Amino acid sequence: MISYTLNVNGIDYPVAADQGRNLLSVLRTEVGLTGTKEGCDDCECGACMVLLDGQPVNSCSYLAVQAQGRAVTTVEGLQQGDEMHPLQRNILEEGGVQCGFCTPGMLVSACALLERNPSPSEEDVRIGLSGNLCRCTGYAKIVKAVQRTAAELQS
Amino acid sequence: MSFVIATTIDEAIAALAAGARPVAGGSDLVVGARHGKAPLPGDLVAIDRIEELRCLEFTDAGACIGAGVNHHTIEHHPVLSTVYTGISDGSALVGSPSTRNVGTLGGNVMNASPAMDTGAPLVVLGAEVELRSASGSRRVGLAELWTGPGRTSARPDELCVAIHVPAPAARSNSAYLRLEYRRSMEIAVVGAAASVTLADDGSVNAVRVALTAVAPTIIEVAGLGGGTVADVAAAAQAAAAEQARPISDVRASDAYRRHTVGVMARRAVEAAARRALGEPVSVPVNRAIGIGAAS
Repeated sequence: MISYTLNVNGIDYPVAADQGRNLLSVLRTEVGLTGTKEGCDDCECGACMVLLDGQPVNSCSYLAVQAQGRAVTTVEGLQQGDEMHPLQRNILEEGGVQCGFCTPGMLVSACALLERNPSPSEEDVRIGLSGNLCRCTGYAKIVKAVQRTAAELQS
Repeated sequence: MSFVIATTIDEAIAALAAGARPVAGGSDLVVGARHGKAPLPGDLVAIDRIEELRCLEFTDAGACIGAGVNHHTIEHHPVLSTVYTGISDGSALVGSPSTRNVGTLGGNVMNASPAMDTGAPLVVLGAEVELRSASGSRRVGLAELWTGPGRTSARPDELCVAIHVPAPAARSNSAYLRLEYRRSMEIAVVGAAASVTLADDGSVNAVRVALTAVAPTIIEVAGLGGGTVADVAAAAQAAAAEQARPISDVRASDAYRRHTVGVMARRAVEAAARRALGEPVSVPVNRAIGIGAAS
């Protein structure tokens, strides 16, 4: 068991956990933020995606201790005050959410993509989200939501 | 149990000498531990905050790529993706955008998977790894480094600090492509890299071909010579299929791998030759020529 501090969505959380614990498990059970989901637990599906210093990372396969001193952003950190992030609003309005299990990871990956490339082509969006699986929507509505957000943020 | 965050190579080497194992992105280590492949080491030294490991230097002699340079950087780097192109082809195919952020070239090389996407291009470009320990540095060729699946000749107290790649000759270029069933989070079913140097008349002066996921390690194809691009590509296809030693597993049968690795070798030679002629064949070749799952 070792003690360290994790900065999640701008807040410092003291953590005491075994050093072999992954970031996903510490976020959900120690920090208490359950927006980030465990899907495959094998670095395949992207449901556990969080941002580490702004870059998407599969939190199921990243040691929590390695995140100390870095800025972790989860889906809970996307909303601005009481307002949903434009990506959150658009994925709802476009019908890009069905069961919702992949949604936190999709939003986090999309957020990183738009940060890096504010006007992505459809292909860019598909590559940016290629580490996130959705078994409900067929992706088209999710891709459209990201493109709509890009257009909104550009205007 | 211990966990140390190193910020210099010397700190990391001291921790290795005391018995710790290195972790960069952890994308092999953590996943492997969960699968029971190898338990997570009790003593770990994090090497992802060592600035020296992220160096990228280019001289007349070639490229020095720090072991901690990630795949995203290699995919998009203006020099690597045009001059050392096969390496960028490989990095661009690793995992997903998130894997490419945390996964490093040093991690890929030292994990020694026979299916690694950067291994074959590094072989055809004649790369060497630089291993450092308290007793000094040494450079090791890849054929000497990889001793089996997940095994290397590096000692436990040695840290891979850089990968050195000789500068390609004039009128030469390289390419790596793989057979894949999906475009992301995929492991090569088989793969092949080629580096090709052309003569003034456009024929092939020199060629090297290496194969992915058809033997216990990445292997180089022996016995290839010059000729027209079409003849060399055909010879590479035949030699690759003949020299492959594939296994059957969940992803493919040995016979399928033997056949398709030949096809990959031919296409790798063709793509490398097109690049050597100055034709734009974008990174990764898999997308440029439409291999694998339909987009």
